[in-house]
Amino acid sequence: MSTLSEAFLQSFQLIFYLDDTLVEVVLLSLSVTFKAVSLACFIGFPLGTALAVLSFPGQKTLVVLFNSFMGLPPVVVGLVVYLILSASGPLGPLGLLYTPAAMIIAQTILVTPIIVAHSRQIIVLLAEEYDETLRSMQATRMDIMCTLLWDSRFSLFTTVLAGLGRAFSEVGAVMIVGGNINHFTRIMTTAIALQTARGDLALALGLGIILLVLTISINALAYWLKSTWERHSYA
Amino acid sequence: MHKTRILDLSEFSEQKNKKASIICSSLTFQKGEKTILSDLSVTFPRNGISVIMGPNGAGKSVLLRTIIGLLTPNSGCVLLNPEYAGRTALVFQRPVLIRRTVYGNLHHALGIAGVPRKERRKRIEELIAIGGLTGFENHPARSLSGGEQQRLQMVRALSSNPKLILLDEPSASLDPQSTLAIEEIIKSTSEKGVKLVLVTHDIGQAKRLADDVTFIHKGKILEQNISPDYFNSPSTPEVKSYLAGDLLV
Repeated sequence: MSTLSEAFLQSFQLIFYLDDTLVEVVLLSLSVTFKAVSLACFIGFPLGTALAVLSFPGQKTLVVLFNSFMGLPPVVVGLVVYLILSASGPLGPLGLLYTPAAMIIAQTILVTPIIVAHSRQIIVLLAEEYDETLRSMQATRMDIMCTLLWDSRFSLFTTVLAGLGRAFSEVGAVMIVGGNINHFTRIMTTAIALQTARGDLALALGLGIILLVLTISINALAYWLKSTWERHSYA
Repeated sequence: MHKTRILDLSEFSEQKNKKASIICSSLTFQKGEKTILSDLSVTFPRNGISVIMGPNGAGKSVLLRTIIGLLTPNSGCVLLNPEYAGRTALVFQRPVLIRRTVYGNLHHALGIAGVPRKERRKRIEELIAIGGLTGFENHPARSLSGGEQQRLQMVRALSSNPKLILLDEPSASLDPQSTLAIEEIIKSTSEKGVKLVLVTHDIGQAKRLADDVTFIHKGKILEQNISPDYFNSPSTPEVKSYLAGDLLV
């Protein structure tokens, strides 16, 4: 019991005094996660919109696949990315393995299906509502997709949050492709796993607390922004 | 499935068809087991306001949607005068405005119509004045009253400078003042040479606006006549009953 309370006390000290190791790990985590989620949104939003609007052979199969991939096991993704980026893999010459870039790739693969599936679900509802109006205006497919994407922007915020949640909490894939190298590819989740195994509960707890606070803060900020923007944009 | 719309048809080069705006030829539209349009053929004149009347479920809205290409008939085809190619608009009974401000809705419509960005502001100001929506520019479109929303939908339809506008009961369930405003826009648009086809249940409105009236019942055209003759001397018992206020089953 005393070990636990000591660990809590030390963890708060680390946070309060902005411990260098802790700050470094947090900043790298934020950088990798935000880059991966941005990339996933860049790929996922147009793809989700296309799946909602266009009809082509294999569309339903793609929808089922993306829905299924929302639950992709991170370690399997990590393994596949590892094989592709390893020295003998097709992208081996790029030398990306055990770099933050490899971690971004792995997280992007994990988050993209979430963005695609959620955005398709949101946009398909709006597409039903707008369908006749936009077609009667002789809107092109591209016009329709841009309109739906823009008008769904507030609802799509929740999709981004789901992606952030997945990326922040992910450990398996980034551990495999990043290697958890100190001062280079160590992020919050991998550091927590390592420090817990080592028995350094103070740092693990400190990182855990920051991870929780960050997740709650981002959700709260997003909720506030969404409701404010919505109020000012349309009824 | 047959083609819904064929433009630039040689038929329109024939002298008699130059006076036509829309030719519907043997249209049949079925939804499940129910036949909504049954081998329907009708030609709408080139100018003025054509009104389509008929009881609920007669197929009026389906006919409009088929004309503009939102629905594909099971058989038959719709021929549009080539001058309307890409210059049509449809005004719905229940306006679906996009989730933007009044200004945003018109800006979006002008964008789709291909109006250059720098010309849009001036055009929006003109449209807002036509719709009597001055002062509402920055209001969320969906927070407007029913009449204001319908006026916005009307001017949004005008944004692409259409030559043919189809209106599906645009003033249904609106108060008299809003109905008057809508009718003013319809009249002034018609005076500018735009062809209008209006579906309405309102006999008074048909009398006020129609140049010619087409009566549709159970997916078939029962009567088509110029406005005074249609109201003064209907030739079918169904139209007589309808104008007398009887229920048509």
